[in-house]
Amino acid sequence: MDILTHINYWAAIALAAIGLYAVVARHNLIKKLIGLSLFQTAVFLLFITVGKVTGGTAPILDAAYEVYSNPLPHVLILTAIVVSVSTLAVGLALAISIKHKYGTVEEDEINAADNSPEPDTEPNIGSGEA
Amino acid sequence: MSASHLPVLQVALPLIAAPICVLLRHPTLSWAFATLVSWALFAISILLLIRVMSEGVISYHLGGWAPPFGIEYRLDAVNSFVLLVITGIAAVVTPYARQSVAKEIAAPSHNLFYALYLLALTGLLGITATGDAFNIYVFMEISSLASYVLIALGPSRRAQAAAFQYLIMGTIGATFLLIGIGLLYMMTGTLNLADLSVRIAEAPDMRPIYAAFAFVTIGVLIKLALFPLHIWLPNAYTYAPTAVSAFLAASATKVGAYVLLRFVFTLFGQEFSFERMPLMEILMPLSLVAILVGSGIAIFQNNLKRLFAYSSIGQIGYLALGISFASTSGLTGAIVHIFNHAMMKGGIFLALGCIMFRSGSMEISALNGMGRRMPFTMAAIVIGGLGLVGVPATSGFVSKWYLIQAALEADLWPVALLVLLGSLLALVYVGRVIEAAYFRSPAPEAPAGREAPWQMLLPTWVLIAASIYFGLHTEITVGVAERAAQTLLGIAP
Repeated sequence: MDILTHINYWAAIALAAIGLYAVVARHNLIKKLIGLSLFQTAVFLLFITVGKVTGGTAPILDAAYEVYSNPLPHVLILTAIVVSVSTLAVGLALAISIKHKYGTVEEDEINAADNSPEPDTEPNIGSGEA
Repeated sequence: MSASHLPVLQVALPLIAAPICVLLRHPTLSWAFATLVSWALFAISILLLIRVMSEGVISYHLGGWAPPFGIEYRLDAVNSFVLLVITGIAAVVTPYARQSVAKEIAAPSHNLFYALYLLALTGLLGITATGDAFNIYVFMEISSLASYVLIALGPSRRAQAAAFQYLIMGTIGATFLLIGIGLLYMMTGTLNLADLSVRIAEAPDMRPIYAAFAFVTIGVLIKLALFPLHIWLPNAYTYAPTAVSAFLAASATKVGAYVLLRFVFTLFGQEFSFERMPLMEILMPLSLVAILVGSGIAIFQNNLKRLFAYSSIGQIGYLALGISFASTSGLTGAIVHIFNHAMMKGGIFLALGCIMFRSGSMEISALNGMGRRMPFTMAAIVIGGLGLVGVPATSGFVSKWYLIQAALEADLWPVALLVLLGSLLALVYVGRVIEAAYFRSPAPEAPAGREAPWQMLLPTWVLIAASIYFGLHTEITVGVAERAAQTLLGIAP
């Protein structure tokens, strides 16, 4: 029954592991970002679950209640969600730009394109006068 | 009154300046504004360091809320010294950036470049100045997000792939740090670093704190790019615009080293990190491998930026090695190396930018005969390179002196030998550069080169000259570093 009493922690750990696995194992850049997002969200759940106080209510002062949940983790995670969304946005923007320049979002094809002897489409900047 | 707000100005100034840069639109205007801001920051950090050295720890309460409930900016000898290094580098790189950026980045986005650059600076300064664990995470993400985009601005399409790789690694690192901070909060109920260190010492021997230690350390080591977590670094430094490479090489990894120092010594404490957790046994072999492998791989690189990026991995090894001794001389070596390596590597990357500016190539073959065509630029690379080797009278010698002294104090003479071997490897890759520049004749079709414009040469030489000056006059850097080391070890306040 030990697992059931800590089910929220186990859920966070499982989600984090799935997310991290996807980041490492998938070669598609979009799938990597999905995994990354899942991993971050799992950590948010871990924080949120810490804030829960058994029998506690929302932290609004009222004479009828004495036990309140801890609101601080929620506030922290609100910030972390903003960070995570921005990361995802930058990641997707990079993926779009990679798709434009390489014509693919598969990591192995990108590596193959980089290692191919064909001259790539790098603009030859800086060769002229200042 | 205004002087008491200096700690927060350090962070608020670039944060406010960044959107103003976007609104300024004009490339030269936004550059001039960014330069002004970076000089102001440098001046502030000098004032702060002087105050910390004479009066001791400065504690600034954000919004007047007293810690541990409010956010505190806490400056002691360690972070005011790191602030000085970062703002110093920014004060030199920003004026340099104008010509380099004009050449390497498409014109319409120059103001955005300076805005991102200031945001990255904000993040780095914030990590260093803050005394709040969650704040470190947020600022780390601010600086990382800005650096991903800065790297992606590089001229080749590989810059985007490199930035993506860094984004994945960097986010995993930062999220690990977040997990660690979450576990610490769970066990202690506080996020203030000073308060945390007291409560961790009082806390019973509980597993979440051990797990937190592991998560935080791994997360920070990814940011620090210690072998074998360095994979993102060579590509990122190679394909980023040169001014960005110089700025990141000189400042971002240094901040990583600072965060490691802060967590390992101030937060968890030396006893916990080195006696209850085997940090020395893990960090020391990894840093020795980093020194040898980083310097070894650098020898075989044909792209100059990549060569010096691998050299950075070796130099990060020296930083981590100094930390792993956990002794006064080891930490002094590490902290002094934060300063010295920032000067040397910053100077070298700026000089590489001059070469990129004139020849448009970063291949080592482009250097052929460069010693005659761009004598001042090449002289800067040679002096910086000799500093990386650790030749006496350069500042690299000072840091290695302390590291070897720390190794001998700990009766680890094989470690001292390996440090010397790392210097020999550095001699080989610096030798390759010197050989190409001075002993090979240029290809006949090579354009008749000219020296880089003075606006780029001057900043380069400021850093290189600083690296010689502080190699000869060690009392300032070593004095502050020793005090910082004693602060971390709890010997002095």
